[in-house]
Amino acid sequence: MRTDFPLFPDRASTMATHVDALFFYLLTVSAFFSVLIAFLVVYFAIRYRRRSEEFVPPRIEGSLTLEIVWTVIPLGIALSFFFWGARIFVSMNQPPRDALQVYIVGKQWMWKVQHADGQKEINELHVPVNRPVQLTMTSEDVIHDFFIPAFRMKRDVVPGRYETAWFEATRAGRYHIFCAQYCGTNHSRMVGWVSVLEPREYQSWLAGGAASESLASAGARLFAQHACNTCHRPDSLARGPNLEGLYGRLVRLSNGQTLIADEAYIRESILNPSAKIVAGYQPIMPTFQGLIGEEGILQLTAYIKSLGKPSAGGPEMLPPTSQSPLGGAVPPPGAPTPGGASPQKGAPVR
Amino acid sequence: MSAAEYLPPVEPEEPRDNYLNVAYGVRSWLLTRDHKRIALLYLASVTFFFFIGGLFALLIRLELLTPAGDMVQAETYNKFFTIHGIVMVFFFLIPSIPAVLGNFLIPMMIGAKDLAFPRLNLLSWYIYMLGGLFTIWAIVHGGVDTGWTFYTPYSTLSSNSHVIPAALGIFITGFSSILTGLNFIVSIHKMRAPGLTWFRLPLFVWALYATSLIFVLGTPVIAITILMVAVERTLHVGFFDPALGGDPVLFQHLFWFYSHPAVYIMILPAMGVISEIVPTFSRKHPFGYRFIAYASVAIAVLGFLVWGHHMFVSGQSVYAGLVFSVLSFLVAIPSAIKVFNWTATMHGGSISWKAPMLYAMGFIGLFTVGGLTGLFLASLGVDVHVHDTYFVIAHFHYIMVGGAVMGYLGGIHYWWPKISGKLYPEVLARFAAIIVFIGFNLTFFPQFILGYLGMPRRYHSYPEEFQVLNVFSTAGASILGVGYLLPLVYLAWSMRYGRNSGANPWGATGLEWKTTSPPPPENFEVTPVVDEEPYSYSAPGEVRVVG
Amino acid sequence: MADAHGAAAPHALPADLQHQFESLDQQQDAASFGMWVFIVTEILFFGGLFLAYTIYRWQFGAGFARGSVEMDIVAGTANTAILIGSSLTMAMAVHSAAKGKRRALLLFLALTIALGGAFLGVKAIEYTDHIRHHLLPGPGFRHAGPDARAVEMYFTLYFTMTGLHALHMIVGIGILSTLFVMAWRGRFTAEYHNPVEISGLYWHFVDIVWIFLFPLLYLIGRHAR
Repeated sequence: MRTDFPLFPDRASTMATHVDALFFYLLTVSAFFSVLIAFLVVYFAIRYRRRSEEFVPPRIEGSLTLEIVWTVIPLGIALSFFFWGARIFVSMNQPPRDALQVYIVGKQWMWKVQHADGQKEINELHVPVNRPVQLTMTSEDVIHDFFIPAFRMKRDVVPGRYETAWFEATRAGRYHIFCAQYCGTNHSRMVGWVSVLEPREYQSWLAGGAASESLASAGARLFAQHACNTCHRPDSLARGPNLEGLYGRLVRLSNGQTLIADEAYIRESILNPSAKIVAGYQPIMPTFQGLIGEEGILQLTAYIKSLGKPSAGGPEMLPPTSQSPLGGAVPPPGAPTPGGASPQKGAPVR
Repeated sequence: MSAAEYLPPVEPEEPRDNYLNVAYGVRSWLLTRDHKRIALLYLASVTFFFFIGGLFALLIRLELLTPAGDMVQAETYNKFFTIHGIVMVFFFLIPSIPAVLGNFLIPMMIGAKDLAFPRLNLLSWYIYMLGGLFTIWAIVHGGVDTGWTFYTPYSTLSSNSHVIPAALGIFITGFSSILTGLNFIVSIHKMRAPGLTWFRLPLFVWALYATSLIFVLGTPVIAITILMVAVERTLHVGFFDPALGGDPVLFQHLFWFYSHPAVYIMILPAMGVISEIVPTFSRKHPFGYRFIAYASVAIAVLGFLVWGHHMFVSGQSVYAGLVFSVLSFLVAIPSAIKVFNWTATMHGGSISWKAPMLYAMGFIGLFTVGGLTGLFLASLGVDVHVHDTYFVIAHFHYIMVGGAVMGYLGGIHYWWPKISGKLYPEVLARFAAIIVFIGFNLTFFPQFILGYLGMPRRYHSYPEEFQVLNVFSTAGASILGVGYLLPLVYLAWSMRYGRNSGANPWGATGLEWKTTSPPPPENFEVTPVVDEEPYSYSAPGEVRVVG
Repeated sequence: MADAHGAAAPHALPADLQHQFESLDQQQDAASFGMWVFIVTEILFFGGLFLAYTIYRWQFGAGFARGSVEMDIVAGTANTAILIGSSLTMAMAVHSAAKGKRRALLLFLALTIALGGAFLGVKAIEYTDHIRHHLLPGPGFRHAGPDARAVEMYFTLYFTMTGLHALHMIVGIGILSTLFVMAWRGRFTAEYHNPVEISGLYWHFVDIVWIFLFPLLYLIGRHAR
């Protein structure tokens, strides 16, 4: 049995510093009130100990002043907890624009990690130090949760949609990855390691690893393999919308609604094409559910993202209409919000 | 009437015809309509389920002595924590105080002969037993491994265990709660004795009234949710299945809409017990009576608005997270008000250290810690880190075990003389209370540390650096187990060999203490007429309002 | 009119007053209040399904309209009329009981039961029809046209909501049948007929649930045709 057990987790990300600061504030206030109440209870129990069965203490009904005081002060303290926690939470949901993109597919009971330039890992994640990393995650089966305690980062990984999270590691080292949403038999073995590397080591890892094709070129291969280009082509034989420059663009649907084309929209269009029909097109696209897995969808998405802007004559670009509190355009009902991967991002709160 | 009398100088006699000896035989118990006998039927059942749930807790802690999953297989362990949760939440914590102490005391506290619907009350118990039977069947035939939270799609699509029988068991037992709540609400509204206005009611009644509101409004939602899970699982439809267009997170919203108020079902009655014990054993009027009463209702109402704080990292919007967070902080305030008022009640009192008061003092301390750690969880930035870790487990066990169970045991001891006509052995009871307190803290305090370190919940095996804290926790659990076994033994012993208690051994106020111990079947010889304020320990002329 | 016991004075029997109550008034007041509380729980019970319906309709608007078109509007309208009629006969039954009119009470109870049975009969025909057209959600579901998933979700909600409603109807018919037998035996008088009143409350509630179900399930997008 290890006798040198830790009492506090490693602090290895920019966010960890903020979270720990709030934690210590909470801890201090809680310790103060716990000790105060415990002390008062024990002190009163001793000081006012029953000395005679005949003695009846004077009747004290209450004090409005005291009630107000001990309502308002805790309320104020509670709200301070709220505001500080909310600030941290909002910045946890605003990934920096230049973050390294990593894609994660969780399935019972492993983590499949794909880097944009092709590296694939299972239950391991190699990242460079001092560089923001954004994770886009989905599940192939049940709900999982990607948790890195050292980064104070955690996000549910849900089937049928994308969730995103981000971190910026500040210390090289190896840290636990845990699945933190019960997912069946080997939930506690769905663990891994994140390796934070100094820039030089990261470069050599990138170069040395069995790097197959990049995500985007794997996506191009799938695109041809499934004959998507039969309908999605830039010329007059096209029966589907042109995909060049699609990612991040405003799309108008046949029911009049508009949305910004993001990962979730692309994914839905592949798996359930009749859910949203682009204005001016027929609902003839077949579904690829069961034919293309989550990893394939991520590759196709990477490919589509890599396609350039169309030449003149493409669908009009419209300015975004309404703004959400998150800083992105409001997606139409039904499109799952990809939690932060919106085209307009505010500067992250540091 | 001024200060109530306490232990009379002569050994009291056992009353002639009380509810226990008015009729004998199994049929007189299984077909009873007497709320007091029904309360004892529940007492036997919840005690049974408590020890079943406790057994599974023990198995969990034994496995967690070592980092490797080496005692049982992962699938078995997953069933351990699921069954522990289901049994403890639905078959012990939720019914315990309401169905045992509430059933026994509420009619007496309002000066009535019984609840509004005695036959419905008995039916509640049978429904509870039927639900328990389904769940036991599921356990015996191989168990269920979804966690007590039944998250989809795992519970609907993936789990191979006996999900439906266990879910049905909970579904059925839910109706028991609903009927109990209905009975309490109607009785409290319609059957109070003459002169018993709302603000002359004991605080225990206020607490159970608030609890009953939650029973009635919340339980139906878990019922329909379970039904949807069962339909999806058997008929392969897609309420929660993304492949069929469903939303797995919708389940979480529906589930927690009930299950968060459910935790207030579990703690409000215990708070009600404390609100009775502290004045009695301080021989003093509760400080801030109205504030405690209002706080109970406020907790019930606000408790329905915070369910999303279980879902901060589930994918719900940031905006929703902000709303649920601020509301979660608000719901903590009435609880804090109660803690301050109980403490202030002790100030200037005449404090007795008998076992019920030890439980109450332990409650105040442990509930404070549990409640404050809830603020950590309400705080979005910290919750992201500690969600689904042992920090959460420690938090809710401080409230449920350090709070609700200690409130339950305190209440059982406090009203034991009224229920049985006997005194329990005082020294042994104090010893057991202290054992429980020590064992409890040793079990659960290390779990706060484990949680912040990052040890996730529901883990069969864990990294070895977490072992020492787990060993402390298991050691505490064994001590805690002893502390719980002791009352089982000596309370049973006292029913036969304990000293007769007399009508009012504690010198307490309250209508229940004005009748014999045990009470007659009709509770009172004559319907009481209430003409004074509650908790009148001192003469009216001595009223002094501070500040 | 004389009740079955032939007693001359139409007073509540002493056995009617349960021991925990001080007066028959208090007892009946408590019983009515209890039924209202129970109805509140039923609202919450159905509420979960209405919530799911709201969310999925918002998400799958077009698919829900396509599903709604598959409903037999004649059957639905007929059923609505039948249930509203049964609420009328139920109200008449309560009124008759309050007036102490045993024969009228029996007649209106029987009519209500019959109308309830007719409702269930129509529903059974509808269900059989849907199943024959492969519209029962599950592995056997088939629907031509785009986005069958949305239509299947519609039918999942249709069958669950109307199924739960039908279950409540069956229970209601059971309760009314029990009342019928009690009334036959002369149990109810002008002073004591509370069970009829509170059963009436339950019956009206079940009717109101249908009033919500009908437009939500049968009338989506119909205005456009």
